[in-house]
Amino acid sequence: MPPAGARRHQAGKWRGHVPDETRRSTIDEIWNGLTEAFRRLGTLDPALVEIVLLSFRVSGTALLVSVVLGIPLGAALGLSRFVGRKLVTALIYTGMGFPPVVVGLFVYLLLSQSGPLGRLDSPLIPDLFTPGAMVVAQIILSLPLVAGFTMAAVLGVDPELRQQVQSLGATRVQAAWTVLAEARSGVVVSVIAGFGSIISEVGAVMMVGGNIEHRTRVLTTAIVLETRKGNFDLALALGFILLALTFLTNVAMLWLQGRSLDR
Amino acid sequence: MSEWLYQLENLTKEYGGRRVLQVDNLQVRRGEVLAVVGPSGAGKSTLLRLLNFLEPPSDGCIRFLDLQVTADRPAPLAYRRRVTMVFQRPVLLDRSVGANIRYGLQIRGCRNEDHELVAVLDLVRLRDVVHQPARTLSGGEAQRVALARAIVLRPDVLLLDEPTANLDPYNVGLIESILRNLNREFGTTLVLVTHNVFQARRLADRVALLLEGRIVEVADVEAFFQAPQDPRTAAFVRGEMVY
Repeated sequence: MPPAGARRHQAGKWRGHVPDETRRSTIDEIWNGLTEAFRRLGTLDPALVEIVLLSFRVSGTALLVSVVLGIPLGAALGLSRFVGRKLVTALIYTGMGFPPVVVGLFVYLLLSQSGPLGRLDSPLIPDLFTPGAMVVAQIILSLPLVAGFTMAAVLGVDPELRQQVQSLGATRVQAAWTVLAEARSGVVVSVIAGFGSIISEVGAVMMVGGNIEHRTRVLTTAIVLETRKGNFDLALALGFILLALTFLTNVAMLWLQGRSLDR
Repeated sequence: MSEWLYQLENLTKEYGGRRVLQVDNLQVRRGEVLAVVGPSGAGKSTLLRLLNFLEPPSDGCIRFLDLQVTADRPAPLAYRRRVTMVFQRPVLLDRSVGANIRYGLQIRGCRNEDHELVAVLDLVRLRDVVHQPARTLSGGEAQRVALARAIVLRPDVLLLDEPTANLDPYNVGLIESILRNLNREFGTTLVLVTHNVFQARRLADRVALLLEGRIVEVADVEAFFQAPQDPRTAAFVRGEMVY
């Protein structure tokens, strides 16, 4: 088979009328993309490995922070009644639908040299066009999803349960923990939703990361770039790899969900 | 050891300014079966929640053993764990039957609870379903799991909130006989809330009638049913509307 990129589409060429050969070659592209994906995976292509690792490092770190903050936040919102709870809930639900590109713009402005946070020059605040900046943007995207779905899952647990386990001698913390354990299917969904939203997201990482080779290039931004360059084989290969890795990650999380709490 | 396990004095409970319970004086004797009867909405469940220390009283005092519980002095965990309740509608954990019954022991940090588990499973006749998910049980079986998870803790006091409402005669009979044995063999004090006067008559040593949050009459079971002092008790015993 021809080397990658040898058979380029002429991106930008006028395509008002699509001849039959081109249609057939679209099927070929998909096929080539698949084989290319396997070839690159099989040979552990260093450029690919770098991109995959950075994708998972950025989205993994953002997810970890979102889970550590979002699950307790969602559980607290689901379990407690306080003035302003409705407002906080509405804010979280709004956050669940944040457009990544707008979050990217927002973080861009915050972190840029003249922005309110960038100006502080603090070592705790990441610079623009670094993986740290991408992590910040992705936390903003996934935290509301994790917190929102966790809250919904906790609210779905029979409200009588808490009183009944307290009657059996559970402390407040034990009772809250038990309710969260009962909501575990929904909590796993919250993690999967949070992960899915950021591993597949391109707007924010492109905006604050800049898709710099060897530094901030992740799977999604690489796909955009290769598509623009007309490297459909490679773009598709990256797409398949992204899908496959996301699938495997979700299978792993579902395996955790399916594990019983019985001893 | 005193004869009284609980002493309620000028106890009131309000929700949002609405008084749902006002008990001037009520005692629960050690080792007795006290049935609290009354129409729905009389405050029976509220009374049980207070006896279980799940909620503080709005005013007044609950003496339990050497403890005094008031509005701003809640029961410490160690006392709270000597009392447990079986609810009308059991909410079981989405785990196996065995894990449900072990729950109370686990949160107390008990290990090697298998011996107790087996004994309790035999008592409630659920040995065959110990590994089954609790959500697959029938209503009667679920209530027996709820009873088992409470009994396994060997509480001083077992509170029962309409434990056999909506159950079939087989399960009612089984649960009543378990309760009777528990009371006789282990001396567990039972406070049974029911609107079923026949059940109160079958199980109780003493019966209290609660009406609109107030105790109308407390008497030994025979006196309560044969020679009620209050006309409202007499009407309730005859099955007439008393409110």
